[in-house]
Amino acid sequence: MSRADSPWRGPLAWTLAVAALLAAMAGALAVGRFPIAPGDLPSILLGARDDVAATVFWNIRAPRVAAAMLVGASLAAAGAAFQGMFRNPLASPDLLGVSAGASLGAVLGIFLGLPVVLVQGMAFAGGIAAVAAVAAIAAAVRGQGDPLLVLILAGIALGALMGAAISLLKVLADPYNQLPAITFWLLGTLSAATRGDMLAAAPAALAGLLVLLLLRWRLNLLTLGEDEARALGVETGRLRAAAVAGATLATAAVTALAGAVGWVGLVVPHMARLLGGPDLRRLIPLSMLLGAAFLLAVDTLARMAGRTELPLGVLTAVLGTPLFLWLLARARSGGGA
Amino acid sequence: MTALLQAEALAVGHGRRVVARDIGFALEEGRVLALLGPNGGGKTTLLRTLLGLIAPLAGEVRLSGTPVARLARREVARLLAYVPQASPGGFAYPAREVVAMGRAARLPLLAGPGARDRAAAEAALDRLGIAHLADRPVTELSGGERQLVLIARALAQEARCLVMDEPTASLDFGNQALVLRQVRALATRDGLAVLMTTHHPDHALLVADAAMLLHGGRLEGPMAPAVLVTPDRLRAAYGVEAVVAEVPVPGGTRLVCAPVVT
Repeated sequence: MSRADSPWRGPLAWTLAVAALLAAMAGALAVGRFPIAPGDLPSILLGARDDVAATVFWNIRAPRVAAAMLVGASLAAAGAAFQGMFRNPLASPDLLGVSAGASLGAVLGIFLGLPVVLVQGMAFAGGIAAVAAVAAIAAAVRGQGDPLLVLILAGIALGALMGAAISLLKVLADPYNQLPAITFWLLGTLSAATRGDMLAAAPAALAGLLVLLLLRWRLNLLTLGEDEARALGVETGRLRAAAVAGATLATAAVTALAGAVGWVGLVVPHMARLLGGPDLRRLIPLSMLLGAAFLLAVDTLARMAGRTELPLGVLTAVLGTPLFLWLLARARSGGGA
Repeated sequence: MTALLQAEALAVGHGRRVVARDIGFALEEGRVLALLGPNGGGKTTLLRTLLGLIAPLAGEVRLSGTPVARLARREVARLLAYVPQASPGGFAYPAREVVAMGRAARLPLLAGPGARDRAAAEAALDRLGIAHLADRPVTELSGGERQLVLIARALAQEARCLVMDEPTASLDFGNQALVLRQVRALATRDGLAVLMTTHHPDHALLVADAAMLLHGGRLEGPMAPAVLVTPDRLRAAYGVEAVVAEVPVPGGTRLVCAPVVT
């Protein structure tokens, strides 16, 4: 008997993921510049209080916690779907240029001195436009080639171009006002996210997640490869387009909210796979739970670590790299991708 | 009787490059048809054309009388199941989940397998005598076991015609016999039609009702395996000397084909 087929694996994975999320939530809600005692949480949650603690909780702490969870869940679910559908454990949500496109949109917005809401709008639109352009280019040049490979290469090519455009804008930007804002945005942060921002990003992110959740069994078939999936009766082109659309919608929405937060979409699905196996029916929801817990913990750390808030991207890389290497070492000794 | 799988004046290839032309055969239920031919001779291209994965350059493929070009993927999958070579690697799905994936063509877009699909998967695993492997990750199975899981997936698909791509490739001696016995039984006992490619002319003699040889852009056959498999044809197709001889086996004699290595 191998570990993978133990009957307790499913329930244990869910229990661990839910416990991790609850722990991260309790910690995140309690700590901050204005500490809220864990014992006060029940009365605040019931709306029985009207003091400073309740105000801080409902207007600052809770929206930020919800935003962190939304960002983590979206990036991790999109990463899990991409890794399966591109049959590549190194795939992450930005594979097809959504992060680069969103970054370019936001950086352009900051460069032009637009208000925050427009910067966010440009990030969202930029992310979606980038993936749409990659898909259109791939469809135009495909011919007889492997459709997946063409899609990935088109994503890499366009990503490089957008990276160059971002670099150009950084060179041209005002080094005292704009450049710090651009740099901070490119590393990701929730320090400025308000309840309104969160509520604006949530519908698109949740819609994207819903698409991935609804298609999650069928997405398993794409992991078999193009020919096998089609021989099993799957219209692979349409299914992949729907999944890419869902993942892109969710990623673009949360990137507009939090900036380009790296590593989550790559590392968290691997943790979830280790815990619950490769079946996307379990892997996508499990990735959402773990992604929410992970980003919530990272964001809490970002709030508490220094005098000024640390960028999320720095912390996800610092935490994600050793975690990824550890997972890599484990995968070498069996279990596969 | 309408053939389950039929090719008529078929030319196959990629783009404008024709790999083989003038291909014609019909496969009826209860029959095993073997496709022989050297590597690079177009066996895989022909299979992909039969499955409707690439378009024919000329001619037509028909499934139960309907041109495959007129069928949606889902409809093709209900008539024709594909058994790929069991390759190592991939994701570590349990065998029962791999077999349940055979139900995709019978499920609505947003649904996963339900009780009926689970039952069909269990029955397919049972039919091949591998129910005990149901919970094992396929990545941990032997090559022969993985091949049987893929055949079970094709059975769960409930198509009447199976196309197998070298089901005995990279299997050891015992597993080859095991898989061949199952192939024969699927045709004889379950009345399925099976088209299988193979590198071993001997396997065609062993289990097939008819055989074809694809080389040099042409298809020879279909004809009785004992008629098709001759030293002359094998020399022309593979460039090796071979002997075909009658040997005693339990209950009579059978033709055996073996290469001559000197």
